[in-house]
Amino acid sequence: MNGAAPPAVADTFPRLLLEHARVRGAQSSVREKNLGIWQSWTWSEAAANVRALACGLAAMGFKRGDHLAIIGDNRPQLYWAIAAAQVLGGVAVPLYQDAIAQEMAYILDDADVRFAVVEDQEQVDKLLEIKGQLSQLGHIVFEDPRGMRHYGQTFLHAYADVQQAGRTFEVSRPEFFSREVSQGSSSDIAIMLYTSGTTGKPKGVCHTHAALIAAARGGCDFDRLGPGDEVLSYLPMAWVGDNLFSYAQALVAGFTINCPESGDTVMIDMREIGPTYYFAPPRVFENLLTQVMIRMEDASRVKRALFHWFLGVARRCGAEILDRKPGVSPLDRLLYALGSVLVFGPLLNVLGMSRIRVAYTAGAAIGPDLFRFYRSIGVNLKQLYGSTETCAYVCLQPDRHIKLDTVGPPAPGVEVRIADDGEVLVRSRALLKEYYRRPDSTAEVFDTQGYFRTGDAGFFDADGHLKIIDRAKDVGKLASGAVFAPNYIENKLKFFPYVKEAVAFGHGRDTVCAFINIDLGAVGNWAERRNLAYSGYSDLAGKSQIYDLIQGCVEKVNAELATDPTVAESQVRRFLILHKELDPDDDELTRTRKVRRGFIADKYAALVDALYAGKSVQHIDTLVKFEDGRSGMIEADVAIRDAAIYPPAPLHKSA
Amino acid sequence: MSAAPSQRRIGDVLLKLDRISLAFGGVKALDDVSFEVRSHEIRAIIGPNGAGKSSLLNVINGVYHPSQGAVTYKGTTHRQMRPHEAARQGIARTFQNIALFKGMTVLDNIMTGRTLKMHAGFLFQCLYFGKARSEELAHRRKVEHIIDFLQIEHIRKTPVGRLAYGLQKRVELARALAAEPELLLLDEPMAGMNLEEKEDMCRFILDANDEFGTTIVLIEHDMGVVMDLSDRVVVLDYGRKIGDGSPDEVRRNQAVIDAYLGVRH
Repeated sequence: MNGAAPPAVADTFPRLLLEHARVRGAQSSVREKNLGIWQSWTWSEAAANVRALACGLAAMGFKRGDHLAIIGDNRPQLYWAIAAAQVLGGVAVPLYQDAIAQEMAYILDDADVRFAVVEDQEQVDKLLEIKGQLSQLGHIVFEDPRGMRHYGQTFLHAYADVQQAGRTFEVSRPEFFSREVSQGSSSDIAIMLYTSGTTGKPKGVCHTHAALIAAARGGCDFDRLGPGDEVLSYLPMAWVGDNLFSYAQALVAGFTINCPESGDTVMIDMREIGPTYYFAPPRVFENLLTQVMIRMEDASRVKRALFHWFLGVARRCGAEILDRKPGVSPLDRLLYALGSVLVFGPLLNVLGMSRIRVAYTAGAAIGPDLFRFYRSIGVNLKQLYGSTETCAYVCLQPDRHIKLDTVGPPAPGVEVRIADDGEVLVRSRALLKEYYRRPDSTAEVFDTQGYFRTGDAGFFDADGHLKIIDRAKDVGKLASGAVFAPNYIENKLKFFPYVKEAVAFGHGRDTVCAFINIDLGAVGNWAERRNLAYSGYSDLAGKSQIYDLIQGCVEKVNAELATDPTVAESQVRRFLILHKELDPDDDELTRTRKVRRGFIADKYAALVDALYAGKSVQHIDTLVKFEDGRSGMIEADVAIRDAAIYPPAPLHKSA
Repeated sequence: MSAAPSQRRIGDVLLKLDRISLAFGGVKALDDVSFEVRSHEIRAIIGPNGAGKSSLLNVINGVYHPSQGAVTYKGTTHRQMRPHEAARQGIARTFQNIALFKGMTVLDNIMTGRTLKMHAGFLFQCLYFGKARSEELAHRRKVEHIIDFLQIEHIRKTPVGRLAYGLQKRVELARALAAEPELLLLDEPMAGMNLEEKEDMCRFILDANDEFGTTIVLIEHDMGVVMDLSDRVVVLDYGRKIGDGSPDEVRRNQAVIDAYLGVRH
């Protein structure tokens, strides 16, 4: 780096980048698998690439405050584009790469995007489709030139050409780059991330350098992440988590990010890289486990027996050994060590998890069995809580203090308060500055003391760990005044493989009752193994043996609820198994498969009344839509069962 | 999809079939068939079952030797050409029934497409030494480009026998492309595929034609695909050529309509 003296305090991302280039210039900053080989760029090379791109963009007229859209899979060149925009005092706006053109048009217009750096022809085609609607969008830079030979438009530029132009641009302005970097301030907006827009139109969340760096530094210190760590960057760049893990934390801690070859090769690439720090949503962990279990079914008898026997050992003592808890017998320790050599070690190797020091999951509730499985075989899997607006940094589970159903205590530097109505409020340096051009929304989410309203309802348990129970707007109250969080109860029920969907009722009532949808695959399999003949879903759902099975599940959930005074009154007193599967075609579920509780309560009002009236069976006619658009009626006599209720116990147990 | 129109320049005649006849005993598989293929062209051969389409491909790459007529390829006329000679001159093909090595990985299968371009001696190859080593690296690079081109990175190390049918077809195309052919013969590249796989395959064929400039002769039953992809179409029925021209011309040709829909006798 000629000329650019390291700034005193690295308080913006460009300065952090230059600092790493100076201190560890020869170490790997980013790798990408290309043509079957892992290519790597050192910190110096990364800085040089950012420099060339920034100068190239400046030569094209990119000015301070301009917005640069970034669209594509995780590629080093796209991460550099984020940095290049920030060098020039601009704002990077990453978009979801699989969004259709019209969705992109809304965000590109809302964010006043003037420049876009995209991955390939596919994304260029999408932008060309909507360019007519976007008067602001002036230049499109594409990284992969494949298929682009016949595109003659003058506003299209190859990434490499822009960099070359940047190097030429610099010849006559050697001071330009360092001057731009030194003009940056930590209170500048660094990035704009769009919310998913499940409630209304997507909003642009503006984060400053200071907020992102505070969140990243907090997380890095918390888990002692440093230059030796490796992450796999495979989650969408437009998601706050990837921005934190693959960009902000990488620049703060100086670790190496690895970009997979394509979306389909993530598993293979993960195995080759062996990341030390890993993030995945619960469904990824679930899919991995399912794959392992299916493949073990095909293994030889000896291997299968060995596998299941040692998993039993792990279940008994694995999590305790990971948490270094006392009280594990020497024999168990010996067996676990043997299991590590014979089973867990090779399994982790296949999964690419051998070197993981810290793994996080978030985004949805993770099933206790799933969570325990990974911890028991030695993966330090933890949960975190955060959102786009909070830089995904609110609560983190500390090593060795892991609980299944909490998200951990507030992270260092974060204040969390529970409002009177149960809503979780957060105050920290890592909060959004504003929603782009929406002062009214911005004002709405902050209270008078500067706390951010998360919209989630939760409470602290006796150990000071935050427990998130539901979206605040879904939380109701029982007639007694106790909190009623339907989603929390439904999730607990859905953790059983036999339960596909559950709908809990109780707002304004004395007790909680529930509808259950059984999982036809799992329950059907269970029935077949017991020679229980059935003709279809309705028949199976009505069998008394199935009711016994589900009653067992409900009562286990009740026993769990009883241990927590806040939700002990929410135990499910009566339940029924619905005679049909809830279906988006009948408007009972949203397209993303969330239950529409209010609609279901109206549609099946007769059943809800029967649950609360104490009846043991109820006749109902239901209108259903078939896939071809016709509709018909099905009728059934639905049985209703009582479930055992447990006395609230003030008992506390860490898992 | 592409916003700018494709600028393929259709060149001179690359392959010319002159009055080809082929008989198996008393059965006339091909009867006096003549047509030509120009370079950079996508040329489709269609016709009802048993019309002689695959036989025609086999004549082009030398598996069958015509009883009459001659094949002119790149200006040289052959009465008889053997398959390996055809391959050496830049003719590659895929088969109606997938002909891959099922137990070998995708990568190794595609590498076999490079066999003719490897020149190091047997001993050197065994020892992976000297020229064999540098050659192997260069070939692997080429193969990786094709893997990238056809988007099959995720199955690079998977044995072919474990793959779904549509992917096996794609691997077969990859192996044919690995030979860097001038003329590529595709025998029903989309048979048995679902709609999405067909769309992918169409794109790959168009891309190969566009990017590598490969001339393509393909047999296909899906008329939508044929009409979209090809520059010109040859129609065969009972071994005779009954139509030849652009997709639109062929569509309007009464003899073709009769052959496909039948005529009242």
